[in-house]
Amino acid sequence: MPILSKEEAQALLKKVLAFSKADECEVNLYGSDGGNIRYARNAVSTSGGISSTTLIVQSSFGKKVGTATINEYDDASLEKAVRRSEELARLAPENPEHMPVLAPQQYAGSKTYVPATAGITPKMRADAVAQSLAVANEKDLVAAGFWDNNAGFAAMMNSKGLFAYNTSTNVSFNVTLRTKDGKGSGYASKGYNDVSKLDVAAATRVAAQKAAASSNARALEPGKYTVILEPAAAIVLLETMFMNMDARSADEGRSFLSKPGGKTKLGEKLVDERVTLYSDPQNPDMPTSPWTGDGRPQEKVTWIDKGVMKNLFYSRYWAQQKNVKAIPFPDSAIMEGGSASLEDLIKGTEKGILVTRLWYIREVDPQTLLYTGLTRDGTFYIENGQIKYPVKNFRFNESPIIMLNNLEELGKPERTVSGESDIQALIPPMKIRDFTFTSLSDAI
Amino acid sequence: MKRKEFLHLSAMSIGAMMLPKFSLLGNPITAEEALYEGLDVSTKKALADVALQAATSKGATYADIRIGRYLNQFVTTREKKVQGIANTESLGVGIRVIANGSWGFAATNSFTKEDIARTAEKAVAVAKANSKIITEPVQLAPQKGYGEVTWKTPVEQNAFTVPVKDKVDLLLQANGIAMQGGASFVNSAILAVNEQKYFASTDGSYIDQDIHRIFPTFTVTKIDRASNKFQSRKSLSAPSGMGYEYLTPLADTRVAGIVTRYKGRYDLLEDIKNATADVEQKLKAKSVEPGKYDLVLDPSHLWLTIHESVAHPTELDRVLGYEANYAGTSFLTLDKWKAGNFKFGSDLVNIVGDKLQPGSLGAVGYDDEGVKCKEWDIIKNGVLVNYQAIRDQAHIIGLKESQGCCYAQTWADVQFQRMPNVSLRPGTSPLSVDDMIKNVEKGIYIVGDGSFSIDQQRYNFQFGGQTFYEIKNGKIVGMLNDVAYQANTQEFWNSCTAIADASDYRLGGAFNDGKGQPSQSNAVSHGSSTTRFNGVNVINTARKI
Repeated sequence: MPILSKEEAQALLKKVLAFSKADECEVNLYGSDGGNIRYARNAVSTSGGISSTTLIVQSSFGKKVGTATINEYDDASLEKAVRRSEELARLAPENPEHMPVLAPQQYAGSKTYVPATAGITPKMRADAVAQSLAVANEKDLVAAGFWDNNAGFAAMMNSKGLFAYNTSTNVSFNVTLRTKDGKGSGYASKGYNDVSKLDVAAATRVAAQKAAASSNARALEPGKYTVILEPAAAIVLLETMFMNMDARSADEGRSFLSKPGGKTKLGEKLVDERVTLYSDPQNPDMPTSPWTGDGRPQEKVTWIDKGVMKNLFYSRYWAQQKNVKAIPFPDSAIMEGGSASLEDLIKGTEKGILVTRLWYIREVDPQTLLYTGLTRDGTFYIENGQIKYPVKNFRFNESPIIMLNNLEELGKPERTVSGESDIQALIPPMKIRDFTFTSLSDAI
Repeated sequence: MKRKEFLHLSAMSIGAMMLPKFSLLGNPITAEEALYEGLDVSTKKALADVALQAATSKGATYADIRIGRYLNQFVTTREKKVQGIANTESLGVGIRVIANGSWGFAATNSFTKEDIARTAEKAVAVAKANSKIITEPVQLAPQKGYGEVTWKTPVEQNAFTVPVKDKVDLLLQANGIAMQGGASFVNSAILAVNEQKYFASTDGSYIDQDIHRIFPTFTVTKIDRASNKFQSRKSLSAPSGMGYEYLTPLADTRVAGIVTRYKGRYDLLEDIKNATADVEQKLKAKSVEPGKYDLVLDPSHLWLTIHESVAHPTELDRVLGYEANYAGTSFLTLDKWKAGNFKFGSDLVNIVGDKLQPGSLGAVGYDDEGVKCKEWDIIKNGVLVNYQAIRDQAHIIGLKESQGCCYAQTWADVQFQRMPNVSLRPGTSPLSVDDMIKNVEKGIYIVGDGSFSIDQQRYNFQFGGQTFYEIKNGKIVGMLNDVAYQANTQEFWNSCTAIADASDYRLGGAFNDGKGQPSQSNAVSHGSSTTRFNGVNVINTARKI
């Protein structure tokens, strides 16, 4: 199935709903077309093309809910899916947390679809890999990388008349270059809606530069250091805070945001006042969908304003229990910064460590959001405003809350991709004091 | 384990029916529909022959086809509520070929002969296109065809035949025990998996397999509202390659000790009662004094340390650099293996790879490229002697045949090298856990798996656990909090000074071992007996925010 236009999707969804005999019915339709190519040891290893569409019908009788999925779109198949969901709903136990479908909503426009990205061909993928390999060969390095692109649409309609539609494109590219003796390693990762913003050769050169510069690292004693976290390093800690800003856990007393006696830290100053964190589907540098899979509008939400916790996200059920607006989990993270470049941050640092990437991040203590993980693919010692030499990788144990209280300076935000969750973010490089490294790693 | 997968699985066990997400795993069906017979073997053979012929006629020098029906059932609850019941089915065909010396892969969920032939041709076209950017042609270890054979997980009770109501009743009964015992919250779930896989290749194999797995699990949480502290304890169950019989304990299932652990089978109701008592104790336990301790690690904990620090670095694709951009490479480079004397661990450490152990997640008859499963040594008397390899890697380490480690998470994903069960052999001299603890002056006994993190070459790791018991002068004196241990893999395994005997041997494991781009999940078990490691660095993880 090609990407359906808004009118085509609307007509198909209306047809599905006309078959419904349930108390309520909601239909989601997704379609995407994409491909990927993977390479390692300076040669392609696997590649694939994936094209899929799914229509999901959810029917409910009171609080009994059933869902059916189908990928055929003739009338008989559509009716069969509706009947199937109704049959499953009748068999289901009551879900006391089930919410009625939403009434029609107003959505802002969307900037998430770029025709050039939708037009990516297998040849363009292979050519991009060839460009990346050319950089690796020129620098006498070993490359491993992955390119993934897709174009898709999403539409939903329900028995109360809600209709939502969006198209989107995405391309992501990440690459690791290693020196042939295995003593240096560098990484770059980029993700965009618009493929014209992706420069594979430039990204590969960044990774190549880090691979060469990180060779023959020296060991420093673990301990507390001033660090400069590049955005790719900062996001993997920052997102752990984001993912835990769930209102229900906070209200239930099992969150870093819980307070004695069933209260929460909502409205309290939590981190340095220079920290302002928000999400905005309309941001021109990182547009995301104006609605969520359950039909809620995604709007600009300020989560932390000048260090104060301003908003938490809610399921529709929990928002109803608490009689508040059901703000959904956001699709992106944007953090305000300053105007300094990464180089400026380095120049202003007397002694410190430049961290280009953090890896294998895992929760140690949910009460304090203590996380552990390691530096990877280029860690450098800074002295008197200059990078002096590469250092061996460290394991850290740190909480994003402590980190954002130990803020020294923020640089200019740039778009990055989390290597842990694939979440896209627009965040500044951060200079942090007293960042806790607890041991050394021999890994390169 | 990859965090994405981990979060996904946690969300499933904690988080209700976010049903649109389930479509990724398969289409929703009824519990009864899961019991329908799939395609009969003769139909599958006919379809397979269409694919193999189409591929070879287009120039493939090798082809294989996997016709898969993947069933999942999830029953999730919290406190008195059923959060979700989902039955999913994913049905389709994956075809892999070699043409012009290069791999190609394509998949379809259509079962017409025309579409299957077209998909085979597409796989050949992909292989030919890729052959322009390869450096050397694929070299496949020889594999004899087995003809028409079958294999089935020896289940006593297919979990899919057990009424959903029985599962709901068991989970709600368990939740009730926790809440009555003073828990603030409890989440519980039963996950069941059935892979019905048909494999055929141009080598002349037609392999029909029926594979079952089950994972009951819970988390009990208690909140002290006055101090604003909370503690949780997870179940000590092991995801297993078994049927529903896993949930029926036998006379020898319980392993007695400071907390009851389980062998082969599992007692959910007893464990949740114990967990509820544990969270109460954890809220009052003293914070650990950081320093060097002798660690006594229970198999319910040690499986994860084996998984991360032994099983991953001995994956040959990581060693060769195929995972350099994602999961990482390995410190166990080929030169260390070639040297023949690389001391991975102490003389006591014997690590074995297999896909045979009854009840293990890795147990199948044949892997996903038609190789009969086997057992082999990876670390022998502390020395690195082997890796985990598949057909196109065997020649690199001088093997004449594959070790049978090929797996794809569904029909739609290309198969590649995945870890088998990787286990620590039990001690050969009689040694009980009690006798092991008696000899420890200053130590910590750790039960259950917790936080885990390790670098991309598998040198430096940090692990938490579920419960930590302080050992002083040969005796357990109480519970500790805020414990995590950090070590270098080689130093850690060389500090292994005692392994309990085979009577203590148990399996642990995970459904969600992650590797590859796009990422795929693999289910794997790791067996061990309780093991002692001397002088390991323990940190205190308490912080104030």
